[in-house]
Amino acid sequence: MKKKNRSGFIIACVTPAILLFIIFMIIPTIDVFRMSLYKWGGYTANKTFVGLENFMKLSKNPKFYQAFQNSILLIVVVTLVTFSLALIFAYILSREKIKGQNFFRIVFYIPNILSVVVISAIFSAIYDPNQGLLNSFLNLFRGGDPILWLGSQKLVIYSVAIAMVWQAIGYYMVMYMASMANVPLSLYESASLEGAGKIKQFFSITLPLIWTNIRTTLTFFIISTINMSFLMVKAMTNGGPDGASSVFLSYMYQEAYTNSSYGYGMAIGVTVFIFSFALAGVLNAVTKREEIEF
Amino acid sequence: MEKKNKRLGKNPKIAKIFIYLVLALLAITILVPVAWVFVASIKENSEFYRSPWTLPQGLHFQNFADAWQTASMGSYMLRSVLVTALALVLLIVISLPAAYVLARFKFKSKALWNTLFMAGLFINVNYIVVPIFLMLNNGDIFLRKMFDKPFLLNNVFILALVYASTALPFTIYLLSGYFKSLAKDYEEAAYVDGAGYFYTMVRVIIPMAKPSVVTVILFNFLAFWNEYIISMTLLTKPELKTLPVGLMNLMAAQKSAVQYGQLYAGLVIVMLPTLILYMCVQKKLTQGMTLGGLKG
Repeated sequence: MKKKNRSGFIIACVTPAILLFIIFMIIPTIDVFRMSLYKWGGYTANKTFVGLENFMKLSKNPKFYQAFQNSILLIVVVTLVTFSLALIFAYILSREKIKGQNFFRIVFYIPNILSVVVISAIFSAIYDPNQGLLNSFLNLFRGGDPILWLGSQKLVIYSVAIAMVWQAIGYYMVMYMASMANVPLSLYESASLEGAGKIKQFFSITLPLIWTNIRTTLTFFIISTINMSFLMVKAMTNGGPDGASSVFLSYMYQEAYTNSSYGYGMAIGVTVFIFSFALAGVLNAVTKREEIEF
Repeated sequence: MEKKNKRLGKNPKIAKIFIYLVLALLAITILVPVAWVFVASIKENSEFYRSPWTLPQGLHFQNFADAWQTASMGSYMLRSVLVTALALVLLIVISLPAAYVLARFKFKSKALWNTLFMAGLFINVNYIVVPIFLMLNNGDIFLRKMFDKPFLLNNVFILALVYASTALPFTIYLLSGYFKSLAKDYEEAAYVDGAGYFYTMVRVIIPMAKPSVVTVILFNFLAFWNEYIISMTLLTKPELKTLPVGLMNLMAAQKSAVQYGQLYAGLVIVMLPTLILYMCVQKKLTQGMTLGGLKG
């Protein structure tokens, strides 16, 4: 009797979660992979199995290469800049005696709680060529035509990158601060007794001791840059001007949803998915160091 | 070694000033744009053609009324509140028992489900939003044939259900992490006292998990409130929008018919709840973040 009761309880507890998880996550994920092998618009009944044709088409499409290039650029630039700034600020805030330390931490984290749409709107206001905050500030120093931050094919991707860095710094800074708090103070004390300066301490104590945490965040940098760049671009430029700011997933969304080439769009999804995992795996292998106990 | 000491010892003041300067610079680049939106939200439309740095001439609160009424931000807000609340309730009610059982009971397929939910952490909604849309669309086509009533798209409840489902892996991961850390004694004592499984879970275990539940609610409140891709895709009717999607509309509309005042008032309406919440619980939020690892 008790036994039956027990399995009944288990089933009642996990079934809703498992059902929802299967319906709204597992099936769609399988769909992404399956549909990448079909030619299908999405709305009609006729789908034809085309094997890898979608992928072949993809490999010849300059639009995909543009999105690819932009995504790589964002992954590299945003990761490097955010990573170094977050690390430096985390070190300053956790090692220096700063008045208003709490204030700075609270302020730096604010962008993280704002909706991407809000951030996009704020940066559209900043980048506005005529009434924008940035141009009107720069006009103090330079004359001539207004700079088209979001309207120029050359500049637009860097403008997006700046917005992404702005959004992410506080988040990673708080992450690094938390792991820096675990580094024993005695290590710093003995290091400064031996005459090591703050910068030396950073490279020989802090960095090695939080290395595990840094490696985890590198993986997340890749994944979140791919996702965040989509959200930003979709709200801020919609890929424009003329595809100059299109990124992996915005290109996928455009093909699969807006252009109704569903199968083709899913092939993009699969490619990006595999690419991001491969990249994370390579980075993980390259950054492997022996773990330090402390 | 000595040299370094000297170098730092010589001008600690200058170094300190430099550090404060850098910190202040970053704080300014974050605070000024946010504050500027608040200031801009009470400017009159004509004022936007002057330098953006001028202060408003008066308090033009009409922008808020316009945004609320004319741009229907009021009804979008209502919908956002509804979707967010519904999704949070669903998420908590569904994930708490599941996380508890997956963490503390032994049964046959336990390892399988734990692995699958872990794998779910790596599935991002941005990849599967179009498949979800098509699945619901096909369901609607079927329903239209059978009952003449499409039901799945443009449905706030379904949207909330999708939100809750996509948040399940992370929530279960976080909650079961907490449940695993509890000692077995709690349940044993309850069983000895004659309490059933359900009673033990609801009265003994879940109350202890309160801090973790609060963390879950905080994070997912922000996620659901700010989300726009799923909402934009699944609510296709223009009158059914959540707040961020409505804001995107205002942004697009602003390019043709210039309604700056409404746009910035709308921005304030979207931002204010999250900012207020953040001010109240910022400590908990940043602590919870490191407790739960990363998301996003």
